[in-house]
Amino acid sequence: MLEAMGVDYIDESEVLTPADEEFHLLKNTYTVPFVCGCRNLGEAARRIGEGASMLRTKGEPGTGNIVEAVRHLRQVNAEVRKVVTMSEDELMTEARNLGASYEFLKEVKRLGRLPVVNFAAGGVATPADAALMMELGADGVFVGSGIFKSDHPEKFARAIVEATTHYQDYRLIAELSKDLGIAMKGIEMSTIAAGERMQERGW
Amino acid sequence: MKRIGVLALQGAVREHMRSIEACKAEAVAVKWPKDLEGLDGLILPGGESTAIRRAIDRYGLMESLCEFAKTGKPLFGTCAGLILLAGTVVGYEEPHLGVMDVVVERNSFGRQVDSFEAPLSIKGMEVAFEAVFIRAPHIVSAGPSVEVLCEHKGKIVMARCGQFLGCSFHPELTDDHRIMEYFLSMVPPQRTLSCQTIQFIVKYD
Repeated sequence: MLEAMGVDYIDESEVLTPADEEFHLLKNTYTVPFVCGCRNLGEAARRIGEGASMLRTKGEPGTGNIVEAVRHLRQVNAEVRKVVTMSEDELMTEARNLGASYEFLKEVKRLGRLPVVNFAAGGVATPADAALMMELGADGVFVGSGIFKSDHPEKFARAIVEATTHYQDYRLIAELSKDLGIAMKGIEMSTIAAGERMQERGW
Repeated sequence: MKRIGVLALQGAVREHMRSIEACKAEAVAVKWPKDLEGLDGLILPGGESTAIRRAIDRYGLMESLCEFAKTGKPLFGTCAGLILLAGTVVGYEEPHLGVMDVVVERNSFGRQVDSFEAPLSIKGMEVAFEAVFIRAPHIVSAGPSVEVLCEHKGKIVMARCGQFLGCSFHPELTDDHRIMEYFLSMVPPQRTLSCQTIQFIVKYD
């Protein structure tokens, strides 16, 4: 139905409102591009195998706490670097360990990176969060509640966009972080029971 | 080594920089007016033209970009970048840079979901170029000094007007670097111009 409406792309959003708790969509059968969540290279490989055009860190959405998104991006990037430095004859074992296909790992090794873009999402709430994720190698940033649960959504949206463009211009980021009002209130991870975390949805 | 800038406010920046480097030239991300200094050419990448224009105004880049165009150095606009270069944009009273003598229409091939790939026959290239069109514009009409380099289904999708090169599609998204090589060939081999040449360009302009 979304495809028929002509939407630009769909966030499969396993972290928010999964309609199917066991299976992910076979995205190859759609023309509309999908973005999917991942916490590690194995998840990234499985989503791309199903036809995801883009990835995002799962993070922990709705918390305004960046720590999980940082963990997921670092995890994926560390595993990519490991694959790149592995010799060809080690890749099959790594494929089994990660639950990724052998062909996918060969592709990652050849490219030196993931074959699709990977956005930061799930906890980005301030311009500094956005810049941090770009510095860690994100290709872009998704922000939802970080903007809409802040005191001044428009100001926050502008500042986060600017911080993403100029993520290494620290003086500018400091400047545009002034007078924004109160950011969304962050939630400490330890207060969310492991089973309640949205990132545990999907596999 | 030729130094080519990529306007790095939004859109396919990294892909262009990779393509420039694959052609053995130096790629420079342009975010502020000062970044334009010492460049031999500039690429305006694809992305979303309204968003890029906003950022251009936000960082006071419009005047510097127009000054850069006046130096006679080559500029290459892909997709949204073509819209920024065009002298006229259908449905808009004012152009953006407005330096290339073409009329451009936005979203000529449908919405994002109608994006497609097609082999193009480009003037001067023997083998077809596999081109990626993403919510692409097209050139409705071109001035007398414009050389049409490619049409797709009756629509102009690539053209050159002196120092300006524009195309509807995204050549940076494939590993085929022939169009980037063509753009680099538009950079004069000698980096320093004589005073006489500069005077000539100024008068001519």
